[in-house]
Amino acid sequence: MIEWSLFSESWPQYAAGLWLTLQLTLLSLAAGLLFAIPLAVARVSPNPLVYGPVWLYGYFFRGTPMLVQLLLVYYGLGQFEWIQAQWADGNRFWLVFRNPYGCALITFALNTCAYSTEILTGALRATPHGEIEAARACGMSRATMLRRILLPGALRRALPAYSNEVIFMLHGTAIASTITLVDLTGAARNAYSQFFAPFEAFVFAALIYLVITFALVGLFRLTERRWLAHLQPRKLQRTPG
Amino acid sequence: MTQLIVEDLHKRYGDHEVLKGVSLAADAGDVITLIGSSGSGKSTFLRCINFLEQPDAGRIQVAGEEINLLRGKDGHLRVADGKQLQRLRTRLAMVFQHFNLWAHMTVLENVIEAPLHVLGMTKHEARERGMAYLEKVGIARFRDSYPAHLSGGQQQRVAIARALAMEPAVLLFDEPTSALDPELVGEVLKVMRGLADEGRTMVVVTHEMGFAREVSSKVMFLHQGLVEEAGAPAEVFGNTRSERLRQFLSGNLK
Repeated sequence: MIEWSLFSESWPQYAAGLWLTLQLTLLSLAAGLLFAIPLAVARVSPNPLVYGPVWLYGYFFRGTPMLVQLLLVYYGLGQFEWIQAQWADGNRFWLVFRNPYGCALITFALNTCAYSTEILTGALRATPHGEIEAARACGMSRATMLRRILLPGALRRALPAYSNEVIFMLHGTAIASTITLVDLTGAARNAYSQFFAPFEAFVFAALIYLVITFALVGLFRLTERRWLAHLQPRKLQRTPG
Repeated sequence: MTQLIVEDLHKRYGDHEVLKGVSLAADAGDVITLIGSSGSGKSTFLRCINFLEQPDAGRIQVAGEEINLLRGKDGHLRVADGKQLQRLRTRLAMVFQHFNLWAHMTVLENVIEAPLHVLGMTKHEARERGMAYLEKVGIARFRDSYPAHLSGGQQQRVAIARALAMEPAVLLFDEPTSALDPELVGEVLKVMRGLADEGRTMVVVTHEMGFAREVSSKVMFLHQGLVEEAGAPAEVFGNTRSERLRQFLSGNLK
């Protein structure tokens, strides 16, 4: 009934798939967050020439499914003769888009960056106005205020929402399996075709995703305990106040 | 040297003129209290001094330095040189009605933040100075607590220590006790009284008539954007000349 041999025989492929999934998830998240910080600062600027492009970028990447974005990049780019010429020339930058790994990484990074930018923008806007006034009143420059007050506050405020984004990206990378990459989902699909046991194949992958998700949730809980300590309810003190 | 001179300050919001020409001069050691009903312009006046609001006309001089102003696109006056504004703001420290402490920093970090990152002191010097002022306001034992874990009175005392740590020429207080429970008001007023006794220059907007009467060297009563009456507390409270002030003091003028 249950094809146990699937688990015992194909776990190395699953492990390799997991490794690819983790690479795609963590690398795209890192790149996305790195660029989201300056983009969020640009997004809250009062100058339309500054926030306009960021808004447009976010609108596209949050307004379309990540799968469509991936297919556009992987299949769509190769349609243009100009791109094909770059590949023939051996142009190192454009060649990245010739292989599925590069396409997946860049698409995922662009996607998570758009969402992370939106999260950070909201967090920046939620800065209590009084804190900004106090910073101005003691003579801080805009740059110092950004570095010491606005960004530290916003990054902390964004933690709960960002933990959701991390989990979405972990699950979202599964679509890499549609462009020939053998990530965790790709390994499951291969196991399915090898053993003709779809339930075992996919439930194995599901269980692994579940375990990783729990680990991430636990990690974020620890992170929040440290970085959101200022928002926790007061601990009972033994000495009178 | 006169620490703060404000001449003929005007401020309007759209059609509504909130300040119609208010002047103030604070010598070293003066404690000037601004009183008046809501809408009289006293908080707006205070906030114009450090340019948290942009005035429409007037001159401001801090510790002998005249602030250079030019008219911005929106019609209000702005400080011509951003660096001068930053420098002048380090000479004026403000204590806010809602404390405005930085929530993600501990009490000590709040106090040393500006000396460290605006004045450029070393970490060691800033900590020493910060601890000294925390001791002075009686809050030293909370140095590693977060502001949200303190009572209002404690938070306001941290805010006062934060202002003192800049060692400004003039301390500005914008209704420092208005957001506090009556029981906590006393502890903050006590700290402020101590500062006045030390000879610090303070400009205080408040509704605490006791403080105005007993601690200040000069009281200014603002009504609808103008100074109705000003003078030593004994004169202003004892020999009230203005009818509106009389009404205000007896609690009728809202």
